[in-house]
Amino acid sequence: MTSASPSRSLPRRAAIVGANRIPFARSNGAYARASNQDMLTAALDGLVARFGLQGEHLGEVASGAVLKKSSDFNLTREAVLGSRLAAATPTYDLQQACGTSLQTTLQVANKIALGQIESGIASGVDTTSDAPIEVNEDLRAVLLAANRAKSTAGVLKALAGLRPGQIVPEIPANREPRTGMSMGEHAAQTAATWGISRTAQDEITVNSHRNLAAAYDRGFFDDLMTPYLGLTKDNNLRADSTLEGLAKLKPVFRPAGYPDTEATMTAANSTPLTDGAATVLLASDEWAAERNLPVLAHFVDAETAAVDYVHGDEGLLMAPTYAVPRMLERNGLTLQDFDFYEFHEAFASTILATFAAWEDPIFCKEKLGRDEPLGSFDKSKLNVAGSSLATGHPFAATGARIVPTLAKLLHEKSQRDGSGGRGLISICAAGGQGVVAILEA
Amino acid sequence: MSNDWYSDFVNSGFGKTIAGQVGLPPVPKLRRYEPGQPLLSGPALLGTATADGRVAKVVRSFLTDLGVEVHDDPNAAVGGGSSSSKVAAGIVDATGLSSPADLAEVQAFLTPVMRRIGPSGRILVIGDVPAEAEAPAVRAARRALEGLVRSAGKEARYGATVNLVHVANGAENDLESTLRFFLSSRSAFVHGQRLDVGTVPGFSGSSQGVDWDKPLAGRVALVTGAARGIGATVAATLRRDGATVICVDVPAAGDALARTANDIGGSALQLDITADHAPATILDHAQRHGGLDVVVHNAGITRDKLLANQDRDRWNSVIDVNLNSQLAINDALLSSEVFHRGGRIVTVSSMAGIAGNRGQTSYGASKAGVIGMVDATAPLLVEKDATINAVAPGFIETAMTKAMPVGTREAGRRLSSMTQGGLPVDVAETIAWFAQGASYAVNGQVLRVDGQNFLGA
Repeated sequence: MTSASPSRSLPRRAAIVGANRIPFARSNGAYARASNQDMLTAALDGLVARFGLQGEHLGEVASGAVLKKSSDFNLTREAVLGSRLAAATPTYDLQQACGTSLQTTLQVANKIALGQIESGIASGVDTTSDAPIEVNEDLRAVLLAANRAKSTAGVLKALAGLRPGQIVPEIPANREPRTGMSMGEHAAQTAATWGISRTAQDEITVNSHRNLAAAYDRGFFDDLMTPYLGLTKDNNLRADSTLEGLAKLKPVFRPAGYPDTEATMTAANSTPLTDGAATVLLASDEWAAERNLPVLAHFVDAETAAVDYVHGDEGLLMAPTYAVPRMLERNGLTLQDFDFYEFHEAFASTILATFAAWEDPIFCKEKLGRDEPLGSFDKSKLNVAGSSLATGHPFAATGARIVPTLAKLLHEKSQRDGSGGRGLISICAAGGQGVVAILEA
Repeated sequence: MSNDWYSDFVNSGFGKTIAGQVGLPPVPKLRRYEPGQPLLSGPALLGTATADGRVAKVVRSFLTDLGVEVHDDPNAAVGGGSSSSKVAAGIVDATGLSSPADLAEVQAFLTPVMRRIGPSGRILVIGDVPAEAEAPAVRAARRALEGLVRSAGKEARYGATVNLVHVANGAENDLESTLRFFLSSRSAFVHGQRLDVGTVPGFSGSSQGVDWDKPLAGRVALVTGAARGIGATVAATLRRDGATVICVDVPAAGDALARTANDIGGSALQLDITADHAPATILDHAQRHGGLDVVVHNAGITRDKLLANQDRDRWNSVIDVNLNSQLAINDALLSSEVFHRGGRIVTVSSMAGIAGNRGQTSYGASKAGVIGMVDATAPLLVEKDATINAVAPGFIETAMTKAMPVGTREAGRRLSSMTQGGLPVDVAETIAWFAQGASYAVNGQVLRVDGQNFLGA
């Protein structure tokens, strides 16, 4: 293995010490009555218990949620105040759609690397069950006008504008504001562009479920997860998934503008709406050593990219395709220099489109400005402990699920053969963004 | 009407009146330990059966150092009162018996004590180890004490306990933690029992400089099955006594486990103790805390079935969790530096392992097996100055016993000298005492915490 980034020198690298998440639950199921704050607090308290952090004053806790009520403006702070951590631990909320908790990991890791803090928790939480519901824009305008009125007559005049149709609330939808298309519809277009087959998507799906089931069976999550509200495993997991079974499902997303292309995306090879929370404990090596705590892996580098999916001709979820080569370049690495690849499976087609783009000389030349394509890699190293298609995908919690999974895989490898290892993380996000990272053990 | 005519009768209005008039056994409220509580709540009587008694002197100086009012004459006026005033304890040094004739001296001392012992009082008989005597008359006299104590236990009332401690020859100065346990309210539900001190040769240790309010200060303890029930109480009790506690339970119980750990400032380790990697994982985790001093094998399961309906998987799951896991972990502890010199292993057996229980062949086998494990492991630990002991709970009030049928539950409670079930803390106090560094001379023992339950007594 070549050593990453001889040219880049940070003061130090942040260590990934450990993690805790609650099992992920399909929407309107086991966690239907749990709020973001409930789930985040539970995940934090499980982490506190695992590492004996009761009363600890950590450098910071960074978290966030995509679907968040306005009353949860200080979500992370409220969760920490309700947890067993010291109240003196500062917090902030961050939101970058599905990239949220890889971005919070990056923030905490960077502060540790710069010596600004010695320890911190990166996390994310989302509920699609206990989602915020807003009054619709017309009703909001009427109510605000009434609020502004200075006299009773003025109030009554404003309220006279009330109409029955204004009762219909605004429920958050998985829809891009600038295109009006759902994420699935965007992904279906990208799949059609790259000619991604139904079978290839279903293979990714079956592997995700089988790998996750095997990871549970070998106790992989025993020190990464704490049960919550009666759930001990992600309840989206279908350990007995087969290609034959998946082949029977009807497609749900059709690629607009591709009338001759068969629809390939089903409820199985797309992630379901999910509730859950995940946390990662990061620290300096010194902080971990003082407490005799393990170091699973180190955070090496990260890159965030965005693409113009509105006016340009790039797919909504293709930003990682641009982020990864920039990060590899900076670290003097190739796509093949990794022992594990952790790609967030928003849709099976998304990661297949990304792989296809990296193997395509024209895309790599025209879009990435490379003389050679990035090429392919050994897919037996992909999502070996399962990923979002099997676990589910509470938007803001996914990064904090993936980081510890990869860190533990790398730690196991280095324990096993003593030679260390390197892993790549890639997460696509709504709004045409993407966050990618490198970990090493 | 059911077939239980007695129950129907005593639960009818008329029957209730009659039951009150004939005096069904009362249920005494037991004095239980709180930090800072004095050893005894009043004066003590200290008798000596023979001129050869080895321990009276040690006991006397122990009690007077603590400021306890001590009288030799069992008929003495105490506490500014009269010769019939209540006493908190009656202790008799019954070492040095040369024949059954000497037992009359023990009787002469205990007869007034039985009349004078106060609520939750402590009667303690201290004798020689029968097996150390070769002459039949001597061994008979020593052994007779056990029958005396077990019978007196059935006569004691108002939460008073009667227990017997055998002291090996030469161990008379190694009694302090044992005296503190049996005389204090930490032993509230230990009644009619026998314990041997110093019987495994080669022990070493000291109770010098012990902070008796925090006897586990600076020690790291691990408790399996700590998510809830008795295990959670054990963890909290070890913490109260000063230990840092690693709480272990199966991953599926992780949320309750996290609460236990967070409540006591410990750490939570989600682990299937029957997994091959479990011993290594425990040692690995313990290094975060600088090693292990105390391991409490509390985790246990029941998969009750009549033997006629038993099957292999069900049987093996009980033996694996309750017995094999403990053997594997002990092997790892014995061969690792992570388990410190002076360490303590405490395991949980059961009344079912001593007396047997219908439907519990697998559970009873596993819990009797635990006793065999303690017997064989005790001498192996001597070279590490370590010990292993077992507690055998009787009927303890837990979520499990709450779910029992009423009849079974009532029988469990009432068919004991104390006419009540014990509390999880009674088991925990006994475990915490075994876990003390100062309990170095107590090794290879099985102590029932059962209020002298009549099953297998």
